[in-house]
Amino acid sequence: MSNKVIYAIYNDDDILMDAVKKTRAAHHHIEEVFSPFPVHGLDKAMGIAPTRLAICAFLYGCVGISVATAMMNYIMIQDWPQDIGGKPSFSYIENMPAFVPIMFELTVFFAAHLMVITFYMRSKLWPFKEAENPDVRTTDDHFLMEVAVHDNEEELVSFFQNTGAVEVKVIDKH
Amino acid sequence: MYTFSSKLKTFSFVLMAIGFLGIGYGFYTAPKDIKEVEEILAADSHGTHAVKKEHGSTNEANSHEVHGSTEEKHVEAKTSSQKHEVSSDDEHTEHLNHVLHQLQNKPWSALYVACIFFMLVSLGVLVFYAIQQVAQAGWSPVLFRVMQGITSYLPVGAALFFVLLILCGLHFNHMFIWLDPEVVATDKLIANKTGYLNFPFWIVRAAIFLTGWSLYQYYSRKNCLAQDEANDDLLYKKNFKLSAMFLVFFIVSESIMSWDWIMSIDPHWFSTLFGWYVFASFFVSGVTTIALVTLYLKSRGYLEFVNNSHIHDLAKFMFGLSVFWTYLWFSQFMLIWYANIPEEVTYFITRIQLYNLPFFGAVVMNFLFPLLILINTDFKRISWVIVMAGIVILMGHYLDFFNMIMPGTVGDSWSIGVSEIASILFFLGLFIYVVFTALSKSPLLAKRNPFIEESKHFHY
Repeated sequence: MSNKVIYAIYNDDDILMDAVKKTRAAHHHIEEVFSPFPVHGLDKAMGIAPTRLAICAFLYGCVGISVATAMMNYIMIQDWPQDIGGKPSFSYIENMPAFVPIMFELTVFFAAHLMVITFYMRSKLWPFKEAENPDVRTTDDHFLMEVAVHDNEEELVSFFQNTGAVEVKVIDKH
Repeated sequence: MYTFSSKLKTFSFVLMAIGFLGIGYGFYTAPKDIKEVEEILAADSHGTHAVKKEHGSTNEANSHEVHGSTEEKHVEAKTSSQKHEVSSDDEHTEHLNHVLHQLQNKPWSALYVACIFFMLVSLGVLVFYAIQQVAQAGWSPVLFRVMQGITSYLPVGAALFFVLLILCGLHFNHMFIWLDPEVVATDKLIANKTGYLNFPFWIVRAAIFLTGWSLYQYYSRKNCLAQDEANDDLLYKKNFKLSAMFLVFFIVSESIMSWDWIMSIDPHWFSTLFGWYVFASFFVSGVTTIALVTLYLKSRGYLEFVNNSHIHDLAKFMFGLSVFWTYLWFSQFMLIWYANIPEEVTYFITRIQLYNLPFFGAVVMNFLFPLLILINTDFKRISWVIVMAGIVILMGHYLDFFNMIMPGTVGDSWSIGVSEIASILFFLGLFIYVVFTALSKSPLLAKRNPFIEESKHFHY
């Protein structure tokens, strides 16, 4: 069975937004939208679930502060509690102000870096990744909506031509 | 147009009445002479006399002794607390005198903290308002009338505060020990500062600052109301320039204000980032007050164009500025704690030993709580979450001012009792009355502000 998709290409983000809304209203499943820049409100119009990256970052921050606390408690208080310039190393809380800058930085470090790495993994981005660009113009000034075809090719083509597309292509995807 | 609900008006009058009675009670029950102090001490020192003594002299060291000997005295007081049972009569009388001053200061300090707190909250709103004008913010013009309503408390609060400062200068209390010529005569450190810390110069500075702020408040509101009826944007531009000039004046006067009215309570101590620290405290309280008043008016159906996004923005400011306050609180504390130089560190020793719960409680209320509550985007759009966080933030910053002022005036005789709560209630009632009266005097939406359309349709 052939796996056909429609590429509807637009040259204006306002027209794209209208087209996305119409497509959703007509219950055609949008596989993907390619855009050269972030279009405000596109995710809402497409009905994409909100990201949970911020929640990840918060949890990573909690890990960071735990690492910092455990590390400094072990090194400075438990393992070798030296008197360094009269700083009280009897318990963690007594010397805590001196540790706060490191606790803060490690919280930020863990939250930021692990969140970025999570982003890369979730969006499958890495240095030698093969680009998945269906049409080179979508990185410059064109927008592309990809919709799957199920035996309704002619209906879909005419539908997208009515949504203001500058070009509608039917492609056989492997 | 907003109409001041009669319920709220009655409520504010009740607060003022209760507060007034409580303040009077505080002054009435303050001890008049040493004998009464002796009775009070005898009454609450069953078996804890030695501890009491130690605290007394620790604190005395902090506020009255010449600087160099502070630490010595402190150490001595600690090690020889057992020997104190045989202390001489002289020392005993001196101690009683000291406690007498503290207890006499208590109702005054309670009044002072509440008075300066509410005045600075409205000043914080005024600064936020000026910044919004100068930054040409597109989201906030629908809130300008709310901010103008809140800042209309400033002239009233400033007048009351000025009276309080004059009463200090007329020796009705011992809050500012450098105002007492006897103390200055025996205290070399304070004597060296008399070029700056003298009553005429101090009161003139206060008059200039309070008038300057009130004038900006008055003219800015006047221009904004006139802009509603104008045919061009001339008055808007005038307000823009006025706001820019005010911000320059404000940052200079704010810094000096913090030395004059708060830091000089502990005239032996100094800190360079103190002005910023005080600013952060009342600025975040100001933004919180805007959010609370806005939510109240919105819930009564008066603010048609204020939506979730405006509230969300205010909540973001509450969150960010709470963190900013903590940053300054910690920077001030950590630098002094780390270097541990005796002449600076006494400030925090008093606070940690005698004010442990309020001192660290303020950090929990002003940092930990808002950090965990307001970090969530969805929560920043829920009214009751913001009201709850806002109330905790406001109480936390009252506590912050309490911590700044009380240790230098009442020392270990502090409590949050009738005087303190009554003073808060009185000024809260006055604040509500003045603010909502002002709000009912002009339309709640500015008509011809160049950014008003954008602000009406703001969404985030």
